[in-house]
Amino acid sequence: MEPGEIHALLGENGAGKSTLMNVLYGLYQPDEGEILIDGKPLKLRGPSDAIAAGIGMVHQHFMLVPVFTVTENIMLGAEQVRGGIAGFLDRRRARREVAEVSERYNLQVDPDAVIEDLPVGVQQRVEIVKALTRDVDLLILDEPTAVLTPQETEELLAVMRSLKAAGKSIVFITHKLGEVKAIADRITVIRRGKTVGTASPEASRDELAALMVGRTVRLTVDKTPATPGQPVLEVSGLVVDDDRQVRAVDGVDLTVRAGEVLGVAGVQGNGQTELIESIMGLRPVLAGTVALDGQRIDGWSTKKVLRAGVGYVPEDRSVDGLVKEFTVAENLVLDIYDRPPFGRGLSLRPDEIDRSAAERIEQFDVRTSSADAPVGTLSGGNQQKVIVARELSRPLKLFIAAQPTRGVDVGSIEFIHSRVIHERDIGTAVLVVSSELDEVIGLADRIAVMYRGRIIGVVGPDTPREEIGLLMAGIIPDAPGGSPDDGTAPTATTDPDVAATTDADVASDAGTPATTARNVTATTDGVVSADRPGSEDEKDR
Amino acid sequence: MSTTAVPDVAVAAVNEGFWTRTRKVGLVLVALGLLATVLFGALATGEQARFTLSEDAAGAALEVNGTVGAIVFGLITLAAGAAMLAGLPKRWFIPVLAVGLVAFVFSFLCWQVSAAPTGQNFMPLVNIVRGTFLLALPLIFGSLAGVLCERSGVVNVAIEGQLLMGAFSGALFGSISGSVWVGLIAAAIGGSFISLLLAVFSIRYLVDQVVMGIVLNLLAVGITGFLYERLMQTDAARYNSAPRFSNWEIPLLSEIPVLGPALFRGNIFLYLALLLVLVIHIALFRTRWGLRTRSVGEHPTAADTLGVKVLGLRYRNVIMAGAVAGIGGASYTLALFSFTKNMIGGKGFIALAALIFGRWSPTGALLAALFFGFADQLATYLGAINSVIPGQFLAMLPYLATILAVAGLVGRVRAPAADGKPYIKG
Repeated sequence: MEPGEIHALLGENGAGKSTLMNVLYGLYQPDEGEILIDGKPLKLRGPSDAIAAGIGMVHQHFMLVPVFTVTENIMLGAEQVRGGIAGFLDRRRARREVAEVSERYNLQVDPDAVIEDLPVGVQQRVEIVKALTRDVDLLILDEPTAVLTPQETEELLAVMRSLKAAGKSIVFITHKLGEVKAIADRITVIRRGKTVGTASPEASRDELAALMVGRTVRLTVDKTPATPGQPVLEVSGLVVDDDRQVRAVDGVDLTVRAGEVLGVAGVQGNGQTELIESIMGLRPVLAGTVALDGQRIDGWSTKKVLRAGVGYVPEDRSVDGLVKEFTVAENLVLDIYDRPPFGRGLSLRPDEIDRSAAERIEQFDVRTSSADAPVGTLSGGNQQKVIVARELSRPLKLFIAAQPTRGVDVGSIEFIHSRVIHERDIGTAVLVVSSELDEVIGLADRIAVMYRGRIIGVVGPDTPREEIGLLMAGIIPDAPGGSPDDGTAPTATTDPDVAATTDADVASDAGTPATTARNVTATTDGVVSADRPGSEDEKDR
Repeated sequence: MSTTAVPDVAVAAVNEGFWTRTRKVGLVLVALGLLATVLFGALATGEQARFTLSEDAAGAALEVNGTVGAIVFGLITLAAGAAMLAGLPKRWFIPVLAVGLVAFVFSFLCWQVSAAPTGQNFMPLVNIVRGTFLLALPLIFGSLAGVLCERSGVVNVAIEGQLLMGAFSGALFGSISGSVWVGLIAAAIGGSFISLLLAVFSIRYLVDQVVMGIVLNLLAVGITGFLYERLMQTDAARYNSAPRFSNWEIPLLSEIPVLGPALFRGNIFLYLALLLVLVIHIALFRTRWGLRTRSVGEHPTAADTLGVKVLGLRYRNVIMAGAVAGIGGASYTLALFSFTKNMIGGKGFIALAALIFGRWSPTGALLAALFFGFADQLATYLGAINSVIPGQFLAMLPYLATILAVAGLVGRVRAPAADGKPYIKG
């Protein structure tokens, strides 16, 4: 980092950006390696050391006490006091300081406002004021735009420019390419905890996208061409909010036919999670319809959806997929424990449950000491196999797998993939969501790319990776007016966030697929060789 | 980004409509006012209701005809309720509510006092006020202990145990040393001992704080009960005859009518309680310690990222809370009675209710404790004049009020956000 520089740290979710920055802020201790400031190694025992060294951080989840005023939040930890040991707060002085800093950088923060009454964008500026009053030289912004509206993002970028002009250095963590290109002086791309490249902001979006998504273990999936039948799942005009009541799925149309795998690709956080959860009845559908075999299932309870013949592998197995304290056998019947032959009246029939468990363990190659071992003691791959075994033990019309191989070892990945294809071959409709592009390409017969809550394009599996990568970044290659956001975005330079879709020079980038493709191939090849040692440890997290 | 083709999704507008909180409370007051005017007015007799400014029937008194008083005070409550229904400005809400409720109480008293047997139809205000404070005293200490603990994010269900341990060690060491001051210090240490256990298990070992609190209460009953039987009962003269603090008369202040004799001729515990309320209130809202304590109780992660030592602060506050409650326990054994088994008898839990009713603030806790004390005192008084209202019914009222308060009917009651949640770093 250099003074007055904005350095973007670009990477997928879970790539290790935030962890790295938390180490830099003293919240986590490094296992090895060191941090140099002005050439001198720095040992951080806690955030106070980091603050003393001139490092400030704006966390992804704001570190503000909601019931305190702005001034109280900013004072906290660095209180000006009078009256010796009694330590009376000098509110007036703190208030003046807040007003001053707010004024100097044009942050427009009211010192007396209570945090919980303020909009998110203003809260973020409070965080920035908090760092600035502590005289930091280096400010870390962890995914600052994730919670902001486009207008607020615009304001934030302006603030960052004025900070830069004042000689402050900024580390800007994000996975949004548009913002990076708009503001960064230098870009470092991180993937799976390693630096995979640095770039200048002049690098094209597709180069950046390729670096970011990269290429992990190349897995080939043996499969024959699909023989799609009737539509099984039909989603139309679906609108869903996320937990913060922000629109996450914004009018999605999707059809999955019997005997085909539809893969949903996309950078994480573009509405995939909410899409699947709303189909499963885990999240309310605000508008639009979901139909299974022609029957509307939106508004149904999850249990009813499951009983209608839908199998579901949730994104986060430890939270939604398994009861870790329960045994393998118990987890295998979580969905049908109350049905014959496993339950009768009020009682369970342990003998039936054990017998069936032994069968499944054999059939799905679950490596466990016994069927009575708590499922939490199994490795990630075997836990995932338990879920897959459970879900595929019922006759299914539709099988939904979200991130089916996240944090799973290579052997289990292959096994799970072959089961998915097997399910397709016996005529089930399969919907796979993954942030691993290779997985989607390997499994899917058709690939739908999600971007900002919409399906931005549906392509075949033999589409070049580069083209899919562009779609994931919100760029529609040689699309004649097919952009989802077209028309409304202002000129490219002033709207970095959605510049993607209307950006003239990006369009020309994309318009010459031949050269682009060659560049990117070179880049990704380099990445593969660089990445190989790291990819051997299969632990994703 | 454009918002094309998204069907209209109406976001439910937050619309309180006509029935705002003020109007709902107003409706309740109107009902109370009607009850007072009609029922109390009808039941009251034409006898004079005398509220004497002394400890007995003699001396100056406020006098009013029972029926007239009950009706007039009832009408005041009715008027307060009507004002609220008519749409009172927000800043008038609390004062008008207070006037309405106090008038309701007086209407009730006019009925009761006038209907008392002849010769007993007077109410000695000095006794009532003094009794209220006396009964509220352990509650004030207990709920202050709660404030200290819970403001920094540790639930303190162990107030009962802290009070009991304080009462016990005050009695024991006061007796052995023959000094009230040694007893007082021992009481503080005894209360802190229970607190220390609470702190270690809930902060260090992340045990559920409510469960831990209940267990500690039982532990305190067990330890003190055992030692009481083994030591105090066998040799009461040596182990259970602590000296007592005498009453201190404060010059000038003790001459104020009613309040003087009731408040300023008390013992050290009364003065200490009032002083502590003031000190803790100022410290909590005006000092560095207070700001940090509150931040740790609300959002410990934020405090940690700013270099506040979350765990250390919690330890300190929990132990201080124990000391405060311990002194509260000693307000029994070093001023009123000798130690008996389980002598706190649930006051710690009532203190917990006072803490919640007082919305986790020291002054709120004081007011709530006084309210509870008053209801308690009134029950005793009604028993003495053979009232038709059973004393148990009045004794029940404070808890009913607490339930209503917690249910949010009397306004939003919000605990510190991190109350009861152990802080795990990283």
